[in-house]
Amino acid sequence: MMARRLLHWIDERFPLSKVWNEHMAQYYAPKNFNLWYFFGSLGLLVLVLQIVTGIFLTMHYKPDSALAFASVEYIMRDVPWGWLMRYMHSTGASLFFVVVYLHMFRALLYGSYRAPRELLWILGMVIFIALMAEAFMGYLLPWGNMSYWGAQVIISLFGAIPWIGEGLAEWIRGDFVVSDATLNRFFAFHVIALPLALCFLVYLHIVALHKVGSNNPDGIEIKENKGADGRPVDGIPFHPYYTVKDIVGALVFLIIFCIIVFFVPDMGGWFLERANFEPANPLQTPPDIVPLWYFTPYYSILRAFTYPFLGVEAKLWGVIFMGLSILAPFFLPWLDRSPVKSMRYRGWMSKWALGAFVVAFVVLGYMGTKNPGNTDLFWFQNVRWAQIGTVFYFAYFVLMPFYSKWDKTRPPPERVR
Amino acid sequence: MNDNSVNTARRRFLTGVTAGVGAVGAAGAAVPFVASMSPSERARAAGAPVEVDISRLGPGQILKVEWRGKAVFVVNRTPQMLASLAEVEAKVADPESAESLQPDYARNRERSLRPEVMVVVGVCTHLGCAPLEKFQTGPQSGVEPDWRGGFYCPCHGSKFDLAGRVYKGVPAPTNMEVPPYRFVDENRILIGVHHGAEVA
Repeated sequence: MMARRLLHWIDERFPLSKVWNEHMAQYYAPKNFNLWYFFGSLGLLVLVLQIVTGIFLTMHYKPDSALAFASVEYIMRDVPWGWLMRYMHSTGASLFFVVVYLHMFRALLYGSYRAPRELLWILGMVIFIALMAEAFMGYLLPWGNMSYWGAQVIISLFGAIPWIGEGLAEWIRGDFVVSDATLNRFFAFHVIALPLALCFLVYLHIVALHKVGSNNPDGIEIKENKGADGRPVDGIPFHPYYTVKDIVGALVFLIIFCIIVFFVPDMGGWFLERANFEPANPLQTPPDIVPLWYFTPYYSILRAFTYPFLGVEAKLWGVIFMGLSILAPFFLPWLDRSPVKSMRYRGWMSKWALGAFVVAFVVLGYMGTKNPGNTDLFWFQNVRWAQIGTVFYFAYFVLMPFYSKWDKTRPPPERVR
Repeated sequence: MNDNSVNTARRRFLTGVTAGVGAVGAAGAAVPFVASMSPSERARAAGAPVEVDISRLGPGQILKVEWRGKAVFVVNRTPQMLASLAEVEAKVADPESAESLQPDYARNRERSLRPEVMVVVGVCTHLGCAPLEKFQTGPQSGVEPDWRGGFYCPCHGSKFDLAGRVYKGVPAPTNMEVPPYRFVDENRILIGVHHGAEVA
């Protein structure tokens, strides 16, 4: 009784029950969500994990080029449970990208970017770019040698822009080389500016989602089939049905997360690179400079351009196409001209196109971790594979208006199955 | 016309003007914030010249010094190393250094004041990595079977000869930069001051 009266008192002053009902207890989501629908809520979970572990790391970390490396060692060795905070944060960073890439793949699979969800998709892409910036800046902070040279390479990308490039790169670094000034500002962006932006963008993403409603594996609109009570007949309330389902997903995720944190925190060099266990050295590039795995597909595209063309040097082509590769998904809602959303009801063309895109993305990612001149896969040098992967990557987007239209589709069902 | 009527045109004009002036004010207020991220006076002042003693640099050896936060390579080139420059002439993209950055007194085949002493900024012109010295020739170099010696960038595979000239078909667009430098005497180089310039 006390609780009920307290809730009433609050509701008179703040729309607590109203918000709860609108977004949880009376928010109707399609009843046919499958495994792919775990990754949105898992993204939210990792965001919270990163913010919490990040706050505790900030209590001991020093954003100073003379102190940063040692302060990370200090966290690892002397701060009580400091190693746990750091490994949770570094593992969380990689798993954030695992979750986000799977979340994005789900959208490609079921056409979740299609009308009326274009803005939802665009907001998601902006989150993805903000997340890349957040990860990139965070990676400089330990001030290891790979941190240093990774930042050196990526900031130099801006230097390739004609006329303004060099000045822009200097402005980003705050110096003529990556230095203390760069470290200090990356810290500011990493711990306050970008997390604020990310939280706000995630809020907008959820607002947009709850306006249009979730897509589903059948790619049909449940709002078009309402019962006498005005509720979608194929919808179930988010709470308790999907809150309980998502808790199961969260537990499985946390089991995997803990196995990595406790037993393989560096993931054999994939989550924490070996070259980053020595301090930044401006005079010595690590023997194999590679970004962390989640950037390597784009890094491969950057390196795939080795010949000047149309009077533009190879370097600038690489930068342009790396930029385009990140921007291309923004246009998906307008490139896809299929009459159906879900891959379930599309023909072989769309299925093969998506399959080839995934293979290209993985090949690009693998080649981005390897020396371009070597031959690590069969037949060709790594750089050739990266070039082939780049062609397939862009073909998926450029040819989509054609194959999605020519493709033979089956009519989707009236009701979800 | 009664007193309650609303002049929408005037209202829209005033709203537009207010928004416009506000935008200009916000842009003006952003200037100091944006400018605060440029290199500070301290960073600008840190670019002083560096003196290098090469008396103990043996033939075929390399010395790496820091100038303005970048590595500068000083190499004592042997006659064989100098001979390799002619051999790779057909393989390099800019043999005359027409497109590349160097002082005029270093725009020659050796790209140096004295043929045997090479001074280059040890920064790959692609994306700023530090190229590795690969002075061994042939397959043992690990670069390519008919390698004649030079520099190899581990990041993206750019190759440079022993004068810092870039090979064809690699991502780096131009030759490695030659910094301004002059000889103070037989064995000392001053990096950051042009040959022939007055020394303060």
